Amino acid sequence: MSDVAIGVRSSKKRAGEQIRKAVAYLFLIAGSVIMAVPFLWMLSTSLKEEGAVFELPPKWIPEVIEWSNYSFVLGEANLLHGFMNTLIIVIPTTCIGLFTSAIAAYAFARIQFPARNTLFVMLLATMMIPGVVTMIPTFILYKTIGWVDSWLPLMVPGMFGAAAAVFFLRQFFMTIPSELEDAAMMDGLNPFQIFIKIILPLAKPALMAQGIFGFLGGYNDFLGPLIYINSPEKFTLQLVLASFQGMYTANWSYIMAGSILALIPTALLFFFAQRYFVEGVTLTGMKG
Amino acid sequence: MSNKRKMYIWAYAFISAPILGFLLFAMIPICFSVYVSFTKYSGYHAPELTGADNYVRLLAHDPLFWKTLKNTIYSALSIPFGMMLSLAIAIALNQKIVGIRLFRTAFFLPTISSVVAMTLLWKWIFNADYGLLNIFLGWFGITGPAWLSSEAWAMPAMILQGIWSGLGFNMVLYLAALQGVPRSLYEAAEIDGAGGWQRFVKVTIPCISPTTLYILITSIIGAMQDFPRFQIMTEGGPNYSTTTIVYYLFQNAFRYMEMGYASAMAWMLGILLMTITLLNFWLSRRWVHYE
Repeated sequence: MSDVAIGVRSSKKRAGEQIRKAVAYLFLIAGSVIMAVPFLWMLSTSLKEEGAVFELPPKWIPEVIEWSNYSFVLGEANLLHGFMNTLIIVIPTTCIGLFTSAIAAYAFARIQFPARNTLFVMLLATMMIPGVVTMIPTFILYKTIGWVDSWLPLMVPGMFGAAAAVFFLRQFFMTIPSELEDAAMMDGLNPFQIFIKIILPLAKPALMAQGIFGFLGGYNDFLGPLIYINSPEKFTLQLVLASFQGMYTANWSYIMAGSILALIPTALLFFFAQRYFVEGVTLTGMKG
Repeated sequence: MSNKRKMYIWAYAFISAPILGFLLFAMIPICFSVYVSFTKYSGYHAPELTGADNYVRLLAHDPLFWKTLKNTIYSALSIPFGMMLSLAIAIALNQKIVGIRLFRTAFFLPTISSVVAMTLLWKWIFNADYGLLNIFLGWFGITGPAWLSSEAWAMPAMILQGIWSGLGFNMVLYLAALQGVPRSLYEAAEIDGAGGWQRFVKVTIPCISPTTLYILITSIIGAMQDFPRFQIMTEGGPNYSTTTIVYYLFQNAFRYMEMGYASAMAWMLGILLMTITLLNFWLSRRWVHYE
């Protein structure tokens, strides 16, 4: 093949690549607009006066910007109260659950003991059980011991750790070289001290990823609070938000203001910890 | 005590919390649930054994159960469409794009946002008279349906919303899979004269097939148990057109206090899900390629 022929081929190839890229950009921009417009619509609605919501054609930038919708939703409509309740429930549950998952994952990854694999597989099997099967019996259990209409059903189970987190962290611990532990063992540290002083600091990124997922799951949970909480003063953020539908029927500016406020914390978390998110999702997916 | 013994005790102490959690919140409830599914139980009085009555009623005397099963399968239509779209987005993002973080955030935002907020948002978008969707359709001279209050359009609306909110998660998984496809395979295919489409079918699709299987299985399990979206958006209506199995189960358990009947329903759904999952794994031997 002559030099000229090669030159023609590669310039043809480059043109093809450029077209492909242009198509990709067009597709992505169109897609992003479809993703973003509902959020902008939500923001626009949340700032409108009561009547302005039903103006046709709708104005994207309202004539009168009604910031007071937000203060109403936070204060009188109890969203802030629900947010505090959610934090009280989710933060201790996530932290303790992360610790119990991590220490179990460490044992499964690093210590030889009888029935290790059987117990591990048994734990993993819980991930296969559809949630609906355990929903009714656990409700009956909590009802029997008088936990209904308290936060305990939303907190206690999570504190025992989660099978998915154990699995993920075990994978991570297996990649840590064992020399560090051997040296620590020589120095007379017991396994608990090794876990706290050596393993935990090394596992920070993996713990962050799991912690974020745990927090997000608890923060966005709707089904659990819906089943167990009846008293409005114990409502979590999601329950307060869902109750807007009945309370402020057709007052879409309140409902949208509440929805925006509800997603600010998770959006912030995502912006500051995007790396952990992407890594966490991918690693969890790779087990498939 | 020997050193080995001591290590065993440490290990058992370390794993005790998740194992105890497994017994208390999985094993015991499951056994109890099997038992309750063979009883009449309101949650207030002691369960009353009724043999297989619940299952017979479910399969032979409850046409609504079959309707909800059909609805559930209908709602799962969001899965193939969502998977194809998220793969297309991942492929576009994989072209060394400038602003990848921005695009990724746009697609991922609904995934991390509260289901309650996202569902309320779409309930407003689907509003027949003032909703964004019908205003948009109006620009093209189309009079949109009354989405959520129309028996024919309520489920398509749920499917649309499901696709929109699920894209980001699958897109991230697909993107990671695409980045894992060895360059050398593409180069070899190119030398063999394979065009762009052929490279996609012969190299990309087989290489990412484990991810496809993972997404397929988790999406089916998720979609068939989806409850909050339906509770907030349609409450199963109009005329049961969006009552899924889980919604119907929830109604039976917590509204009509038919815990026994609802448990039988949970087991039917559980068995169905496990069958589909196993079937998927079995079929996957024909189309999933592991390196």
